[in-house]
Amino acid sequence: MEQNINVQSSPHIRDGITTNLIMLDVIIALLPATIWGILRFGINALIVVVVSIITAIFSETIFNIILKRQNTINDLSCIVTGLILALNMPPNIPIFIPIVGVIFAIVVAKMLFGGLGQNFINPALAGRCFCHISFAAFMNNFTSEMSVDVYTSATPLAILKEGQEINLLDLIFGYIPGTIGEISVVCLLLGAIYLIAKKVIDIKIPITYIVTCIVFIMLFSNKTTNTNYILGELFSGGLIFGAFFMATDYVTAPITPLGKILYGILLGVLTGIFRLYGKTTESISYVILISNLLVPLIESLTIPNAFGREGK
Amino acid sequence: MLTFKHGVHPIDKKELSKDKSIKIVKPGKTLVFPMQQHIGAKAKPIVKVSDKVLLGQIIGEADGPFSANVLSTVSGKVVAIENRMTVSGQSVESIVIENDEKDDAITGYGIERDYNSLSNEEIIKIVKDAGIVGLGGACFPTHIKLTPKDPSKIDYVLVNGAECEPYLTSDYRLMIEETESIVKGLECILKLFPNAKGIICVEDNKKDAYEKLTSACSSVSNIETALLKTKYPQGGERQLIYAVTGRKLNVSMLPADVGCLVDNVDTVISIYNAVCKSIPLIRRIMTLSGDAFKETANLNVRLGMNYNEVIDAVSGFKVEPKKMISGGPMMGLPIFSLDMPVSKNSSALLAFEKDSLSNIKQTNCINCGRCVEACPINLLPTRMFKAAKVDNFEEYIKLNGLECIMCGSCSYACPAKLPLTPYFTYMRVATKNYLTNKKEKETKA
Repeated sequence: MEQNINVQSSPHIRDGITTNLIMLDVIIALLPATIWGILRFGINALIVVVVSIITAIFSETIFNIILKRQNTINDLSCIVTGLILALNMPPNIPIFIPIVGVIFAIVVAKMLFGGLGQNFINPALAGRCFCHISFAAFMNNFTSEMSVDVYTSATPLAILKEGQEINLLDLIFGYIPGTIGEISVVCLLLGAIYLIAKKVIDIKIPITYIVTCIVFIMLFSNKTTNTNYILGELFSGGLIFGAFFMATDYVTAPITPLGKILYGILLGVLTGIFRLYGKTTESISYVILISNLLVPLIESLTIPNAFGREGK
Repeated sequence: MLTFKHGVHPIDKKELSKDKSIKIVKPGKTLVFPMQQHIGAKAKPIVKVSDKVLLGQIIGEADGPFSANVLSTVSGKVVAIENRMTVSGQSVESIVIENDEKDDAITGYGIERDYNSLSNEEIIKIVKDAGIVGLGGACFPTHIKLTPKDPSKIDYVLVNGAECEPYLTSDYRLMIEETESIVKGLECILKLFPNAKGIICVEDNKKDAYEKLTSACSSVSNIETALLKTKYPQGGERQLIYAVTGRKLNVSMLPADVGCLVDNVDTVISIYNAVCKSIPLIRRIMTLSGDAFKETANLNVRLGMNYNEVIDAVSGFKVEPKKMISGGPMMGLPIFSLDMPVSKNSSALLAFEKDSLSNIKQTNCINCGRCVEACPINLLPTRMFKAAKVDNFEEYIKLNGLECIMCGSCSYACPAKLPLTPYFTYMRVATKNYLTNKKEKETKA
């Protein structure tokens, strides 16, 4: 009997939650937006999603094989990265672009830094920005030849910037041009509610982010009372997607409670500045990447006082 | 309802043994008494091999003020004084006694006394002589706790009946079966602290015990009960004091610093037994639970008994256990052998067919912050873990790592299944060594 007894140190019981269950929840939360994107944009969108996920699995596996490491695809995080990147692509993108983007995201942004949990910037966003810089023309082309409807190529934010009114209902339900996963606010919020209900994400970051961003725009734009403009800013340009699915990425967000709030405010202010004064309209990715870099600083400034050490 | 911030909700499993009333187990032929069953200095053996000893006789004397007595729990003959393995995994000097099964007791054993006729000094001496230590798990010598610098500054005496560890039901059974002893024991403690109010604290998963205690103390003006939200680690001293009084203490403080005194229900009963019935601490109430047992039980076991004999008293194992724990699953010690004596901290023996941890897979930390949400001390366990892995003591101190109470909540909550708590246990010692070395170097320079 003595030989077979396990003597691992306490605690001897663990919660049922695991890393891959969390990742699975994120995938489930992204499904409504994914399905809507595929329904709106057709087979092309489906191909982008499937190819991105397969590329993610392959690049992580091959990287692990080359480095003679245990394969880590079981934690499902590479599928999340592949899926988020696919949802950030225009539907009629040449397929090589998501492939290159995913390889960059998985290999350069994540695995080279030590894999899951070790990357200091959000891999999917790094991949997206990499594609934006490298293939700007393709990444900004939102015309869709696949759909029955004919869309204009201007995104809602571009319309807003020119001072025109936009159709808010189309914006909320996702009848707009845009990337595969960002277009339907309703689908994204469904996913977000799921993540909050399952306590996968903390509401602190998305709420402070969105509130700060909208307050900033109301304060510094000359259209404070224009509801159409303000709601347009809220529901477009991937703010909802960014706030609930990318800014809440565990690895690249602060873990301190106060740090989460500071991080949300930083994101909101930067987004406001980029949107009001910047040249580019699609600014969320850059804002989150810049803020990712400031996370270690934010965390070290916001280490909470230990119980019984308050005010010391 | 009273509670504290953060914490976790582990499985309960108390239903396995909560309805089993406490059964007295007959002591076996040979009993072993380690000289270290408490925090502080080891007790000194004051008997020799082949000496005859009586039930309740002091065989190991408290060595200095910060120590506790060890008593013989049977009558018989000392057959050896040698090192024996204890539950903690250490080999400790122990007195081995052969039981003559007569239970001849010391003079005065079992005589009823009224605590009101005793002076405070006499009460404390009785507690010390009886070898009483904190029976909640820490085994802090109780007579030291009862003599704070200024007894008049103590305004709360809390009786800890939270029993927040899963599976454990020994305190619950005592609250049900010896309700009166708890109230009387608390009255006796309150005699030492004229300005204090006594509060018996029970978690709300033990409502029947709470109600029984409430009606038992309803006629006593300075004793009341408090119902606490069921959450782990509610029974931790700092969490209990905060929940009931709103006062906070850190690692460098004692409860007395915030005017509180905390004693486990069984400690209070032991004080009552020693002071009012002249019966020193000779037994331990143990829960036997887990799926490897044929039947679960709550047992009244003489200290010094071999675990094997305790298990025989409940008809043994159903299957060979793959995991055994002395104490609760959150903070208890894993044991690999049953050839060990029951000591003052043996609150339970859990045995399982399977080790639920043998199949879990670790991943990298994903920084999800569940450990931060779980930590009752408001620490950042994942950052402490990263500092601990590379022996970065300065960073560990900056992160308030030394405040950790080793409750295991962070490890429990971690989805990456990282061994957080074991690292912090290591760091508690390693960081203190580091600080001592650093000080030495500085004085040399």
